Amino acid sequence: MNRSDLHALGERELQKQSEARCRLLCCGSTPCLSSGGTAVQEVFKGFLKENRDLKAEVAVVSTGCMGPCSRGPLVTVQQPGEEDVIYERVTSELAQEIFKKHVTDEATDRVETHILPNDIPFFTKQKKVVLANSGLIDPERLEDYVAHGGYLALGHALREMTPEEVCNEIINSGLRGRGGGGYPSGLKWNLVRRAKADKKYVIANGDEGDPGAYMDRTLMESDPHRVLEGMAIAGYAVGAEQGFIYVRGEYPIAAKRLEKAIRMAERRGLLGSRVMDTAFNFRIDIRIGAGAFVCGEETALMASIMGKRGQPVPRPPYPPSSGLWGYPTLINNVETFGSIAPIIDNGAEWFAGIGTAKSKGTKIFALAGQVENTGLIEVPMGLSLREIVFDIGGGVPDGRTFKAAQTGGPSGGCIPADYLDTPVDYESLRELGSIMGSGGLVVMDDTTSMPNVAKYFMEFCMDESCGKCVPCRVGTVQLYRILDRITAGTATRNDLTIMEELCTMMRETSLCGLGQSAPNPLLSTLRYFREEYEALINDDLHATNGRFTLATPSTRSAKEVL
Amino acid sequence: MARNDKIRLATVWLGGCSGCHMSFLDLDERLIDLAEQADLVYSPIADVKVFPDNVDVTLVEGAVANIDHLELAEQVRARSKIVVSFGDCAVTGNVTSLRNRLDVDDLLNRVYQEGPGRVPAGSEPDGIVPALLRRVVPLHQVIKVDAYIPGCPPDPERIWAAVSALLAGEPVRLEEDMRYFG
Amino acid sequence: MSVVTLTLNDELISANSDQSLLEVIREHDIYIPTLCHMEGLSERGGCRMCLVEVQGSRTLQAACVTEVAEGMVVTTHSERLRKYRRMTLELIFAERNHVCAVCVMNGHCELQAVAAIEGMDHVRFDYLHPDLPMDISHERFGLDHNRCILCTRCVRVCDEVEGAHTKDVLGRGINCRIINDLNQPWGSSQSCTSCGKCVEVCPTGALFRKGATVAEMVKRHDFLSWITSGREKNEWDYAGQAPYYATERRKE
Repeated sequence: MNRSDLHALGERELQKQSEARCRLLCCGSTPCLSSGGTAVQEVFKGFLKENRDLKAEVAVVSTGCMGPCSRGPLVTVQQPGEEDVIYERVTSELAQEIFKKHVTDEATDRVETHILPNDIPFFTKQKKVVLANSGLIDPERLEDYVAHGGYLALGHALREMTPEEVCNEIINSGLRGRGGGGYPSGLKWNLVRRAKADKKYVIANGDEGDPGAYMDRTLMESDPHRVLEGMAIAGYAVGAEQGFIYVRGEYPIAAKRLEKAIRMAERRGLLGSRVMDTAFNFRIDIRIGAGAFVCGEETALMASIMGKRGQPVPRPPYPPSSGLWGYPTLINNVETFGSIAPIIDNGAEWFAGIGTAKSKGTKIFALAGQVENTGLIEVPMGLSLREIVFDIGGGVPDGRTFKAAQTGGPSGGCIPADYLDTPVDYESLRELGSIMGSGGLVVMDDTTSMPNVAKYFMEFCMDESCGKCVPCRVGTVQLYRILDRITAGTATRNDLTIMEELCTMMRETSLCGLGQSAPNPLLSTLRYFREEYEALINDDLHATNGRFTLATPSTRSAKEVL
Repeated sequence: MARNDKIRLATVWLGGCSGCHMSFLDLDERLIDLAEQADLVYSPIADVKVFPDNVDVTLVEGAVANIDHLELAEQVRARSKIVVSFGDCAVTGNVTSLRNRLDVDDLLNRVYQEGPGRVPAGSEPDGIVPALLRRVVPLHQVIKVDAYIPGCPPDPERIWAAVSALLAGEPVRLEEDMRYFG
Repeated sequence: MSVVTLTLNDELISANSDQSLLEVIREHDIYIPTLCHMEGLSERGGCRMCLVEVQGSRTLQAACVTEVAEGMVVTTHSERLRKYRRMTLELIFAERNHVCAVCVMNGHCELQAVAAIEGMDHVRFDYLHPDLPMDISHERFGLDHNRCILCTRCVRVCDEVEGAHTKDVLGRGINCRIINDLNQPWGSSQSCTSCGKCVEVCPTGALFRKGATVAEMVKRHDFLSWITSGREKNEWDYAGQAPYYATERRKE
């Protein structure tokens, strides 16, 4: 398929879509499906089965994520000449009413209360670049992606740009790694491009593991072709003919949709041999993770792809010089790849115009915790935390007050209320002792105990440590035990001292990012909420020694024994 | 040197085999030098019932394994200037702590109920037999410890190196070959 | 191969560009502790004992996996490094049941020696006292998980030198264990060649030769009768009866 074929395919699809009298877009992303979305789709499809004459004019589309996940299942109704209407919390009964109202034109007053106005800050404060198609197209249909401008960027790059120009475009855009590290993507691409080798590889990291974060899953589920297109452009830019997309094992829907997307793209000549009738070949294969958080670390991920035990190896050498099977390898997060096509389409300057001086473009966040609107959002870099939590998120529910926001998951930290006006970008968050991370954002209200939060994340790191290096393998366990004592009120000041010492030691001596960043949630809560820890410390020797004694005196055992 | 200028030395025997005390006695003729500089104010080898006040240096053998050990350790800390973990059991828990992988109740059942022979007298719940702690812990986990003499037992040379430093009012700094556990 | 110059503890030295930092440090008679490193095996960088300060590097570098580079400025001993080495040892000692007094390696153990050298005189962390088993199903060797520090020397020697890859690591984090084949008793391993390399490289008492501790000596009194009357009885193979001796003979 060349560019004119592509254009024709898109036109045909658009024509077909505009002919429909009514399009019922049902969110088919994991959150909506798990809250009853499947039944809603069944209702619509059932109606169409009963009324076969409607089939030509009414379309039921299973789309990707629409955003306000806590309000799911979500349904968007598109009708020509009218604004899209979004319905929240759609049940099977409500689906029938929606169908009646929009398709069979029957009067009903039961649907009004479920309409989600699209001029609320949740929608208006967002800027959708990576998620532009999410919730609008059927992720399982290549045609739908093409109708929305898909694969034009790949065609443009292959025909109009040299690999060097593509790399420069990415450099100029200011795009930085969305997996959390924030390394300038273009520089990384250039390193791989310049590396001399017979073979090179491109890897998309979809092993999203932070608790509560689902940006990558949503992107892969909602718009898989966008990730593939970004990878193909990267392959062209760095000179790779093979790509791998590493999908977390807990994301079966994402893997299924990606697999289907790869098959369809290959059939249409958008992947595989002679991509878009050029000399460029690019195959993409999926690798499924086996449930290890550490495999999100790039060297562990590559070990896993190579069929080895998923454990990190010391860097350098970095993947751009020696990665998969010792060949130069480009590894980026799926969200990074999701930003590529828009950059090529609209130009580096356009992308660099969004965001702050050092953090360009948009970032997807999974907004979770004690906030009114939980869900998936995409915002321009540099938006303040206040705008995200209070405008988009709708603030803290139940009359409680905001205490802190946790970003970056188990590698990140907490940002207290004093810093709500901080712009959310890589540098600002780092200065506050947290990180951008992959995009998890958990809001906590004033009922939250910070030592408990630290303990939760430490338990996570303890379970997920691979066990290769001593500081992480044993250090996480020791920190967890001290935190357990603190929350139980049997820790001494000495425990607190040892805990802080161990945190610093783990940061500086652990082999990989997991161990180096595992103390972060603890250190940041200690930095801003030290008084909560102090309040739980007990320096009465006799009282704290009580933890070694039995709850029931052992005379009990002696008595029962005798 | 007037008698009341002597250093008040104590040795304590917690959960251990007394091997460290045996090794202490193996100081042999150095015990005479020691006696010139220090008074032994409390020790399993001296007939003193209550741990006295104003002790300068206390060597503690053994791990903390029962509530009596815990109580004595707290007394030792309160009444001594310098507390020394004396031997591996006090320093690491060592053999005494091997039972930590077992549940205390299971352990007592196994020994006193399932085991062969008669139940020993004195096991009645009258407080004579002190209750075992849930876990055996090294001394420094229950009180602040100022110096450590490892070894199972520490050989007399180590003990003398540490004790003579303490008598001279210096911190205990053992040579590398005196720092081995085991 | 080219020559690079670097600064090692304030001294300007030269080294071959393909050398590791650890090799160069040892060549210059500077002692830094190691536990997972072993000459002849691939490097791993897991024990974190050989960490050094490299100027300009964000994190500390494990000398065993760091290649020398032109202009590198390296410090092998500083208060910070000493402290971290001691803390790492504390973590290792707290992790499993390293009771030197009753260990088969007492007095010959690398972990014990490194602790003494680094002055790790007590462990401030909780002893975890895990309930770990021993595998003494092999006819000649034993594996005591209580003493294992997961340096994986045994895994590497078995794979890289013997070529059997009998041993590997099961589980993750604190639950890691050295296993034989597919986590089966060592004695039932089909791939183990009983070469004993794993035992010889083990730094602690985790892998040991059997028959070395109290009450382990077993005498087979029927052995003599097999020699004297086996021919008449057509008993050619003694393997089933006295495995230890038979294996030794077969090797000869």
